[in-house]
Amino acid sequence: MSWESWVIATLSRTLAYGTPLLLATLGEIYAERSGVLNLGVEGMMIIGAYAAFSVAYATGNPWLGIGAGAIAGGAFSLIHAFACITLRANQVVSGLALTMLGLGLSGVLGRGLEGFPLFSSLRGVTVPGLHRIPILGPILFEGQNLLVYIAIVLAVLLWFVLYKTRIGISIRAVGEDPATADSLGVHVARVRYLCVLVGGVLAGVAGGYLSVAYRPAWTEGMTAGMGWIVIALTIFAFWNPLLGLFGAYFFAALFHLSFRLQAWLAPELLKMMPYALAIVVLILVSRGTLQKRMGAPSALTIPYTRGED
Amino acid sequence: MKPPSWIGVERRPALPPWLVFAISMGAIVSALIAAGIFFQAYGVSPFRAYGDIIRGALGSKLGITETIRRAIPLLLIGVGLTVAFRALFWNIGAEGQLLMGAVTATGIALFSGLPGPMLLPAMFVGGFLGGAAWGVIPAALKAKLGINDVITTLMLNYVAIYVVDWLIHGPWKGTAMRGFAYTDPFPAAAILPTIAGTRVHWPTLLIGLLAAVVFFILVRRTRVGFEIRVVGENPHAARFSGISQVKITILAMLISGGLAGMAGVGEVAGIHHMLLGPANVALGYGYTAIIVAWLARRNPLAVILTAFVFAVIMRGGDVIKVSLGLPFQLVNVFNGLILFFLIGSEILMRYRIRIGRRTTA
Repeated sequence: MSWESWVIATLSRTLAYGTPLLLATLGEIYAERSGVLNLGVEGMMIIGAYAAFSVAYATGNPWLGIGAGAIAGGAFSLIHAFACITLRANQVVSGLALTMLGLGLSGVLGRGLEGFPLFSSLRGVTVPGLHRIPILGPILFEGQNLLVYIAIVLAVLLWFVLYKTRIGISIRAVGEDPATADSLGVHVARVRYLCVLVGGVLAGVAGGYLSVAYRPAWTEGMTAGMGWIVIALTIFAFWNPLLGLFGAYFFAALFHLSFRLQAWLAPELLKMMPYALAIVVLILVSRGTLQKRMGAPSALTIPYTRGED
Repeated sequence: MKPPSWIGVERRPALPPWLVFAISMGAIVSALIAAGIFFQAYGVSPFRAYGDIIRGALGSKLGITETIRRAIPLLLIGVGLTVAFRALFWNIGAEGQLLMGAVTATGIALFSGLPGPMLLPAMFVGGFLGGAAWGVIPAALKAKLGINDVITTLMLNYVAIYVVDWLIHGPWKGTAMRGFAYTDPFPAAAILPTIAGTRVHWPTLLIGLLAAVVFFILVRRTRVGFEIRVVGENPHAARFSGISQVKITILAMLISGGLAGMAGVGEVAGIHHMLLGPANVALGYGYTAIIVAWLARRNPLAVILTAFVFAVIMRGGDVIKVSLGLPFQLVNVFNGLILFFLIGSEILMRYRIRIGRRTTA
């Protein structure tokens, strides 16, 4: 293989693998920005993957599948929202419970679907004309699926909303100082519910992408810990959607290289990198002032009640 | 002014212990009913499923001993987690600490060259240290640099998983195991004795029971236990009374990680007799033990009971995998539902649910 086709293949696969990471990370960034840590990403992704596959399989329409994934992920996230926002339950425990429930339910429900090929998978598109651009053309415009582009557009859009609009200011205010936001007329619970729901829908779509587009099949536990990488990526991205874009592709590249560099470094050690790197990054930004400037929401994991604390 | 929302919660005074117990039982029963509805919807009679689980987990000698051997790691890890949770340290990393204990023990079993009788004690000490080291890293990072414990302990789980994966595919890959990713089997002197005809490796069980008693006394009756509680319940008071938060956090995680590491020793030396794939060694014990410790209300003695309850559920997963053809993942449905109902019930204990308009402003 020439170095050129090697680079093209690697980057093209990186883009494909980074897309579900990006989608779910964008969602988790919104949830955490509003002050709600959701450790249930893995559970929401896998239930989304299951729902998407089963609907795409039954209807023959991959987009209906993706829609079902979004609904399933969103519905799942509302359990967490109800527990954490309305009942003020511990966010860590509730998120873990959500992951267990998602892995368990999808494992049991998806049993009959294991091993079936999906003929109606979401196929890649080739942009006529643009795919002829040397190197960049085949990476960006040949055989990538529509969700890859949607995810990139979404990253920019969600960045814009978070930093340049009233809604974004409300979200950040609720995550920083809910009491003050409340006194300024922001409905804290409503904003938090909405952000957690955004997180669930995007995690569900990310799961759907895995089972309907990336590798069209259903396997028990197919998210294989991706949801936890998303938790790390959210910090890695300093809770910023645009940095999330780079983070997701960077991690995807590392993951993909682990298959391609087997001759030089044990693949297990490369796969360990994202997790080890997340800790290193946390250490590097551990100085409180720095983390503050970088965007860690002050009210993360703290429930809010008017008139308390 | 905004209109008050139609549902909310209000604080209530502390409850007597019997009511806490009753509410916890109520939560578990509710979760089992919810799981029963799920069974029904799935086309399996919930009565048949629960009947099979009870019979399979408790109805025969094989069932009971298999349940007990599942309870061993849950007991060890659960006791450690009560200590960590009391110091308000979120140790989600017991899975990784268990694996590092298993790794250290395997290293000693296969490569230390220690004489036979020394081997098992050295493996337990080494396993404790391996797990403790994995637990102390996030403890130091939190206490010294204020880094979020949930994230670091979680990430270290995955680092541990890939350490094991790397060892069994690479440097420690067994010579006798061609094609399979296992280490060589342990020498006979590195294998734990079991109760005859069962897989209950009793030395580990004994250590677990002992740990429950020792740490119950430590938490309730000693100065260190008092300091752990103060750090967890009121960090400000801890600072003013001269209790070192750094020291206490690290100590709590030394205990928690160490006990998880010993659970790992039990699994490789008592059950598998080699180091194999991380998913087969850890099996989610580290996550399930979180519910075990939570249900025990952070009381180390109560863990003896709650570890057994969740061992029944894990064994139940094995049983209905065979009898009803349901996947082992069903265990996670039970775990998730029980956990949700438990944190829901906790709210009932601390607050009253208010439906309708807010009575006080």
